Amino acid sequence: MRQPYFLIHLAKDLRLEWRSKDAINSMLFFAVLVVVLFSLAFDPTREASRQIAGGILCVATMFAAVSALNQAWARELRHQVLDAQRMASAPGAALFLGKVLANFIFVMAVEILLAPLFVVFYNLHPLGNAWLLGLVMPLGTWALIVNGVFFAALSIRTRSRELLLPLLLFPIFIPALLGMVLSANAILTGDSDPGLWIKLLAGYDIIFTTISLLLFEVILHAEG
Amino acid sequence: MRALELTESPLQGLATESAPSTAAYTPNSMPEPIAELESVSKLYGTFAALRKVSVSFERGRCYVVLGANGAGKSTLLRMLAGLLRPSYGRMRVFGEEDPANVRDRIGYMSHATMLYDEFTGVENLRYFANLYRGRACMKPEEALEAVGLDPSLNRPVGQYSQGMRQRASLARVLLSQPELLLLDEPFSNMDIESAHQMLRLLETFRSEQRTILLTTHQRELAEPLADFMLRLRAGSVESLSDGPHAQGCFAPEAGR
Repeated sequence: MRQPYFLIHLAKDLRLEWRSKDAINSMLFFAVLVVVLFSLAFDPTREASRQIAGGILCVATMFAAVSALNQAWARELRHQVLDAQRMASAPGAALFLGKVLANFIFVMAVEILLAPLFVVFYNLHPLGNAWLLGLVMPLGTWALIVNGVFFAALSIRTRSRELLLPLLLFPIFIPALLGMVLSANAILTGDSDPGLWIKLLAGYDIIFTTISLLLFEVILHAEG
Repeated sequence: MRALELTESPLQGLATESAPSTAAYTPNSMPEPIAELESVSKLYGTFAALRKVSVSFERGRCYVVLGANGAGKSTLLRMLAGLLRPSYGRMRVFGEEDPANVRDRIGYMSHATMLYDEFTGVENLRYFANLYRGRACMKPEEALEAVGLDPSLNRPVGQYSQGMRQRASLARVLLSQPELLLLDEPFSNMDIESAHQMLRLLETFRSEQRTILLTTHQRELAEPLADFMLRLRAGSVESLSDGPHAQGCFAPEAGR
């Protein structure tokens, strides 16, 4: 049976990252730095930790992911590999989906490595359903990555692309960031039901994934 | 020497030194054209990279495109590859106005390798072979052997010499066995032996009725292969003349 195109792209991206470890190393370093610095700067009580931990985790993930997303298409641009991909018969949407999945895996790997560190530094003991974090974090991360890869592709032909990506990405990502932070806080404090925010995250993911998949072909073949 | 005759239609047209770029010449007993440009211009902002170029390319011929830097050679090839769209004018490749519809039949080799530095030659070609589904692709190992590279070479392309990268890049183009080969500076940074090896390979492709368009600054190297020499100047067709091959004297070894 033939492998779907997006799996071919995904396998390629995973193999490239396995050899260079560029994205994971830079993200992990940045995220650990943010978590450690915030814990030293605030020295929060256990109750205060529960209030702010969700926000810090999301912001640390977001900034770390942007450092990787800025380089998401760098390898394709370096020797005009993107032109060879444009000339292949594989659809652009498959290239996009493969890239999103690869970056999602990288960021999730960083989050998994970060989680125990986070619990230790912030002395966390969730009062709500902790397992729901296993739903919130992937949904929020997907929202960040799907938009990040899309806007990174949109800005690759611009001169100041590293500045343009956060400028485009962060405003669009605000609803998902809100959903991510508030649902994480609800889980950690046990004060409210995170269900509504999780549904918002899921809806956001479906809408933006669909739009990005539909528009990516246009972005891919646009002339700079 | 092949006779050329003036025609009225710019669609069949090939401009000459004395004529404006929209004027047209076409050879007698013209074979099937596979790509036609009619008054095609390409603008980057206010800069015209191509100006009203009218030219047609015939199946099984080799066109050597000459011109100074910025003459429009690469733009012409990128446009035929479907990577750029004309700003004005009409273009047909294999009868299609949008070359993207026939991209499987076109092979494009750029100045850059269009390969991942981190992968070996075989890994790169395997990846691209998987993307060229629906066509009878060569095996990656066969494509590498065809350009004189050892498929068992376990070294990433980033560590290849410039000549080896050029050959690996050509191997990627050959994978999908395209009918139209667009080669941008294929001999740049190649030693003379490798360049002649590539010339012999290109001669084989032409004998298989594939059309070759190649740009080069090394006229003396590519000239023996040429059916036609197309010279561009400031985005316009300055001249089109018969190449030595059209006169039946192709001998890559003669250039050594």
